Amino acid sequence: MILGKVCGTIHSTINHEFYNNKRLLILDRLTPEGVPTGHYLIAIDSVSAGAGETVLVLDEGNGARQIVGDSMAPLRSIIVGIVDDINVQ
Amino acid sequence: MMLGKVIGTLTACVVYQGMEGLPLLLVQPLDKEQKQSGSPFVAADPTRMAGRDELIYYESSREAALLCDPWFVPVDHAIIGIVDDVNLY
Repeated sequence: MILGKVCGTIHSTINHEFYNNKRLLILDRLTPEGVPTGHYLIAIDSVSAGAGETVLVLDEGNGARQIVGDSMAPLRSIIVGIVDDINVQ
Repeated sequence: MMLGKVIGTLTACVVYQGMEGLPLLLVQPLDKEQKQSGSPFVAADPTRMAGRDELIYYESSREAALLCDPWFVPVDHAIIGIVDDVNLY
């Protein structure tokens, strides 16, 4: 899983039917220290993350399909948690 | 998932079985501010709706094949949908 920070949303009406009325968030990838790495990704939101929140993103298809419970879902990145605190020793 | 822009089309009469009739488009990957980032690639377009210069979002790896119908096709980039609006916080 990777760390991300919500920095935007995407709206789309013409898309694959699985993505109908799904919330798509643009995320900045973060280092463990919470510093943006300059890369981004778009993920489906399953925990209603808000703007600017640090989130936990599962970026692997098989796990994402288990979360949505559809073995044919064309989905790879999904937000699975909202991070409260990161403690790097 | 990431953002991309359609910069061209590609026609291939002889393709692997299952990919007949699947539109192939040239896509320029973009960063979240929609500036060019990375080299163009060929993506399948299962929506069959993406036109020239349109902002799209795409998926790679196995999920790209799952977007297509039939899904067991040798496709590694596929267009999920056309972006109507990008809203950066």
